[in-house]
Amino acid sequence: MKILVCCGSGLGSSFMIELNIKKILQEMQVEAEVDHTDLSSAAAEKADIYVGTRDIAGQLLCLGGRVISLNSMIDITELREKLGVVLGVPVGKV
Amino acid sequence: MLKFLLDILSVPAVLVGLIAMIGLLAQKKGSSDVLKGTIKTILGFIVLGGGAGIAVSSLSHFGTMFQTGFGIKGVVPHNEAIVALALKTYGTQTALIMAFGMIANILLARFTPLKYIFLTGHHTLYMACMIAAILVAGGVTGLPMVLLGSILLGFTMVFFPAIAQPTMRKITGNNSVGFGHFGTLGYVLSAWVGSLVGDPTKSTEDIKFPQGLTFLRDTSVSIALVMGILYLIVALASGQVFVEKELSGGQNFIIFAILQAITFAGGVYVILAGVRLILAEIIPAFNGIATRLVPDAKPALDCPVVFPYAPNAVLIGFLSSFAAGILGMMILIAFSGSIPSLAIILLGVVPHFFCGATAGVFGNATGGRRGAVAGPFSHGLLITFLPVLLMPVLGDLGFANTTFSDADFCGVGIVLGNILKLFM
Repeated sequence: MKILVCCGSGLGSSFMIELNIKKILQEMQVEAEVDHTDLSSAAAEKADIYVGTRDIAGQLLCLGGRVISLNSMIDITELREKLGVVLGVPVGKV
Repeated sequence: MLKFLLDILSVPAVLVGLIAMIGLLAQKKGSSDVLKGTIKTILGFIVLGGGAGIAVSSLSHFGTMFQTGFGIKGVVPHNEAIVALALKTYGTQTALIMAFGMIANILLARFTPLKYIFLTGHHTLYMACMIAAILVAGGVTGLPMVLLGSILLGFTMVFFPAIAQPTMRKITGNNSVGFGHFGTLGYVLSAWVGSLVGDPTKSTEDIKFPQGLTFLRDTSVSIALVMGILYLIVALASGQVFVEKELSGGQNFIIFAILQAITFAGGVYVILAGVRLILAEIIPAFNGIATRLVPDAKPALDCPVVFPYAPNAVLIGFLSSFAAGILGMMILIAFSGSIPSLAIILLGVVPHFFCGATAGVFGNATGGRRGAVAGPFSHGLLITFLPVLLMPVLGDLGFANTTFSDADFCGVGIVLGNILKLFM
């Protein structure tokens, strides 16, 4: 499974979200490839789950994977819940 | 043997690879991860150099057309382009200042009240590069340069988050996260202007604002579009005959202009891919070590961290900053008659988009709607005029067709460069 985090330039914010996702996946004991990139490259990169903050998540909808739209890039609880829903991992278990 | 070692260490690509390797070993990664991470970091540096070649070739055509059409020097403010260019000369110095600057950041966060860990790695790289260029131009070399540069870089990595924090608290509603982006002087200005003119309770987020411009968040697209317009203007100004005879090798001048703009965007795209590879191993290592040594420090994050708090202010801020950039450019053109050496700072689409947008969120936090217009406008003027003062202290880099764009690079460079001039 591949999770791709996107932001405008694919440098800063997507990278920070990627680090948080990796931390959460480790807690959940889920194996997945996590990477970050810019919006242009996202269209050319196949992923099962695309992640972006709500101001850009709309542009990820047509890429063919499931999309996680985040209200805040720093709220790890929100990220954990939304990731849990998409991955089918119950929140209580974590 | 010593020469062999020095030869290896003086190749910046190898040096950053080595820094990544030390970071990976410090995290006790397995040997395959260490090997993979080190190679990818070196690869990133090589890719970045390739991107620089693409961007610079298209910028030099732009510079020629601008000079021919208007008789003055036009400069495109663009961090990636100037850094990629500068790394060809100052690669080793930049890599050393970056590595020791991150250590200085951790020490400052550990032992002073400025408890921030600056995680926006590409800005750490760009600031290290800018400081290296200024120090070398100011006659500081060798060990003193690395020492002074690292301390300075470490200081900027805690100082700028600290001055942004009062407004950051207003934006995020808590104090758990810091702001790390080297456009902070512009954002603090925007927040101050906002507080003078507006009312924070009348937020931009209460109005319905069309979101049709969000496709501009795609950096490559927005660079190609705005640079396309600028290339078309200079191509028309320098004339069909000139372009087709001197530059395009007979290709139609309009097509040439548009393709060169997209070539520039392509160069930046490649540079960004390189930067991403360089940082992929270094930043997690830095983050891991820093959070272990300074557990109570706040992570200082890249500017889009504030975007979801006020998406309307993001767009209003971009438009307002962009408008100020156009006005500032016209003011510079008006003065260019009386000051012949004056360079015209053109519209930098990336700084106006990212920094202008951030200035919008900061202005909105202190001054609501009016703040989200007036704040970014003042920011747009600031980032148009600051590079003019930066270029004379950049040494040989000051003659390039591109320069640093964001406010703090210019602010730090101007202060440092002029202090060094006193000692020369």
